[in-house]
Amino acid sequence: MKQVLKNRLIIFAGLIAFYGIIQALISFNFLNDYYVVNIILMGINVILAVSLNLINGFTGQFSIGHAGFMAIGAYSSAIITYKLGLPFPLAILIGGISAGIVGILIGIPSLRLKGDYLAITTLGFGEIIRVIFLNTEYVGGASGLSGIPKYTNWTWVFWLSVITVVLIRNFVNSSYGRCCIAIREDEVAAESMGINTTNYKTLAFALGAFFAGIGGSLYAHNFYIIQPENFGFMKSFDILTMVVLGGLGSITGSVLSAILLTFVYAVLQDYAALRMVIYSLLLIIVMLFRPEGLMGTKEFSFKKLLNRRAAKNELTVN
Amino acid sequence: MKTFIEQLINGLSLGSIYALIALGYTMVYGIMKLINFAHGDIYMVGAFTGFFASTTLHLGFIPSLLLAMLVSTIFGVTIERIAYRPLRGKSKISILITAIGVSLFLENSGIILFTPRTRTYPQIFKQHVYSLLNGYVTISNQQIVIFVVSIIMMVGLQFIIYKTKIGKAMRAVSLDPDAAKLMGVNVDNTVSFTFAIGSALAAVAGVLVGIYYNSIDPLMGIMPGLKAFIAAVLGGIGIIPGAMVGGLLMGVIEAMVSGYGSSLYRDGVAFALLIIILIIKPAGLFGKNIREKV
Amino acid sequence: MKKSLKYLPLFLCIVLVFSLLSGCSKNTPSTSSANDKIKVGALFELTGQVASYGTSEYNAVKLYIDDVNKNGGLLGKQIELLKTDNKSASDESINQATKLIVQDKVVAILGPATTGATKAASSIAMDKKVPLITPSGTSLDVTVDPNTNKVKSEIFRACYTDPYQGKVMGEFAAKDLKAKNAILYIDDKSDYSKGLAQSFKEQFEKLGGKIIDKEAYVANDQDFKSALTKIKGLNADVIFVPGYYQDTAKIVRQAREMGINTPFLGGDGWDSPDLVKIAGASALNNVYYSNHFISSDPDKTVQDFIQKYKAAYGVEPDAFAALGYDSAGMLVQAIKNANSADPAKITDALSKLQNFKGVTGSITIDKQHNPIKQTVIIELKDGKQILKKKISAK
Repeated sequence: MKQVLKNRLIIFAGLIAFYGIIQALISFNFLNDYYVVNIILMGINVILAVSLNLINGFTGQFSIGHAGFMAIGAYSSAIITYKLGLPFPLAILIGGISAGIVGILIGIPSLRLKGDYLAITTLGFGEIIRVIFLNTEYVGGASGLSGIPKYTNWTWVFWLSVITVVLIRNFVNSSYGRCCIAIREDEVAAESMGINTTNYKTLAFALGAFFAGIGGSLYAHNFYIIQPENFGFMKSFDILTMVVLGGLGSITGSVLSAILLTFVYAVLQDYAALRMVIYSLLLIIVMLFRPEGLMGTKEFSFKKLLNRRAAKNELTVN
Repeated sequence: MKTFIEQLINGLSLGSIYALIALGYTMVYGIMKLINFAHGDIYMVGAFTGFFASTTLHLGFIPSLLLAMLVSTIFGVTIERIAYRPLRGKSKISILITAIGVSLFLENSGIILFTPRTRTYPQIFKQHVYSLLNGYVTISNQQIVIFVVSIIMMVGLQFIIYKTKIGKAMRAVSLDPDAAKLMGVNVDNTVSFTFAIGSALAAVAGVLVGIYYNSIDPLMGIMPGLKAFIAAVLGGIGIIPGAMVGGLLMGVIEAMVSGYGSSLYRDGVAFALLIIILIIKPAGLFGKNIREKV
Repeated sequence: MKKSLKYLPLFLCIVLVFSLLSGCSKNTPSTSSANDKIKVGALFELTGQVASYGTSEYNAVKLYIDDVNKNGGLLGKQIELLKTDNKSASDESINQATKLIVQDKVVAILGPATTGATKAASSIAMDKKVPLITPSGTSLDVTVDPNTNKVKSEIFRACYTDPYQGKVMGEFAAKDLKAKNAILYIDDKSDYSKGLAQSFKEQFEKLGGKIIDKEAYVANDQDFKSALTKIKGLNADVIFVPGYYQDTAKIVRQAREMGINTPFLGGDGWDSPDLVKIAGASALNNVYYSNHFISSDPDKTVQDFIQKYKAAYGVEPDAFAALGYDSAGMLVQAIKNANSADPAKITDALSKLQNFKGVTGSITIDKQHNPIKQTVIIELKDGKQILKKKISAK
């Protein structure tokens, strides 16, 4: 028990140190704005990828409409701050909650479907959400909302992505999460073991949507302008790509690949159309050589490292 | 009533094109359980081949069409060989990501090679407008060509699938690839052949769109591709007549929504309809609900 | 506990070193070359939905800058044009504008082509006090903040605004064509189209006209027959289609095929050499649209530009190219006037720019950072452009 506590403290200290260092680098202008933009983007993508991984990777429900939830979070949070002038933390929460509610509403009918049918339904819902925003004059229709205050910074992004990762990790390791994994492995068997599959699927879906909403809120308050076009199915594909590349069912994989892909994107920026060609080739090549993604379903963990060391220490003491 | 019939004709011409693209989706899905997201871009390749065949090579309608079919077929088969075959039997989602990758690759290569400009399709044959029922309804010769070509293609496809040996192999692989293999069916060749046919049909759709709307661009495949896919799901994916009916239905519904409602909701309505149908009848209009065996 | 903490400093050091390395490795601007080159950012839509506009503009900008460089440069220095792509997306515009300003230290940005992307990029440009000229971001709030009604000090444009163009066409429809009722057929996804339609409606109704129907299409549609079938039954005097040529060409072609012979009106989005190719010459009769210039204009500046553009890219320039060319011209002129490549001084010179002779007429920047210049209304007869009316700058 003490060991567990110790390990957690170490990890927490590490996080604070990491946060502090980056923050210091930003404050002292070691990392200029261009880096900051991309670091923030990395954080937002981590949140999106990890939350989609909960739906696709852990619960095995094939969803490709994640950008729709992101859009709901982005728009609702922008309405809270920009239209109503309320504080940012409330906007993030409302963004998450409204996306979560829509997740439940969408989840109940569509989660009866399986595999590709579910995929295309979620894609459809994502597009419908976009079309609704496109036709709502209150949020600017096609031209979107511009002039959203820029509240998103390294502090918000970092701690929210940490909270997302920790919460989803804990969820996956809880009995609820185990039920979700059981559904992924064999739905029929899970049902016969007395797991209410519909409930758990909806729960995972709502939770994933909630965090996507939070990602959307951060996105909206970072980019000054949001338009329905920003949340098309290409965005959903981008997020899906991160998840699959990292490994379905590996949280650390999602984190790493979200960071990596954002980085690749930034590096290839100077090449216009060629960049997308290179990007797509990379995608194909990675999939051909590692279809299970970079991490598969494995997790990279400090705990194992620390435990291993702890075990060694005990041996030497004895 | 007059407007209604005209809208119906518009919808059916658009629908025939969707149906041609949807056939490729449905065949590939039926045989490999793969959503080939790059299919819409194969249609774009076909359209561009047809364009260059008739502008730079000055070929007529039929030779251009055949050349476009040939080039698209080569593309389709090559993509399957390089990108999809190694992943057969692996997780569905990784093969989907590969398909998305291929799609992005084709679109952006198109932008580099052809520039993003909209190209103007040459008038392969002159436009004539026929009045039916003494001017009550008009129909153009291009619309007639689209109908005729689409119907020929669909009938031909049905013939191949139900009357030839390779068609039998296709049906066998789609039912149960392992059993088909044991019975001596060459699965690889069958899959290649399926891709070839699907791509050729997409090329036909591309050339027809070029002639009908006379403009093409490298990103032209995205939306029709998605719509055709929905059409395939609507009819019940993996079912040939389903794709045809789904495509036609999709075209007609779109025409009606733009004619009697607002075009802005058109894409939304297409998806909403799909979702409603799937929730009521999860296997599509023509699909049978197969109970999962434990 | 103590033992496990032993490694913490080590870990921190590694992180520190790593981040410093990543920070420094790219953070060394090539100071030597920065001194003898004036860096200008070109931020355009080179891929994605509106790649064709961005590409046209970028090509024209490059043409102008190359020309300046060939003729001895500017203030005795060469201009380095840094090309970036915003993928037709607003978030990517922010990203790229940041890169150009912070990373590459450009003195000014040319682009983007569309209103949304321009608004996004201008938030950065204003923040960092670097001037930005959009060739074709036409919405009012590109240069004026709608919430405070204050002019965005660093943001300029080379085109006129949506309301202005709509007003011109509304007046033209009512006064010159004596139209009593009109149908609006707009691209509902585009700010440009909506803005034009709105001000056309206001002006047209003010002059006693009536809007009898409003239809919408979505950009990059192929089939407009459904809405046109509806329009056909209404028998309006004019149909106003403020859209881009890829769409409007198909609309007018399909309309004429269906036997709709009503005059079509449009804005500068109609202007493209491809219009005739897509629509066919026979469909292009009774079509009027407002534009920045007419390619048959004997003016030397216009003819030179058309020749150069054709020689370089093998196609006729469209309105986007002309505006891109002028945006580069305005910037070079401002740097000359300021006699300095300092962003603040360029901004100042741009806001005072007067009578700059561009392809799209003589340009003077007004208080709201919009150019005051001529408008031409072009009539098409069998696809040929005829100058219907020239409206001089007000």
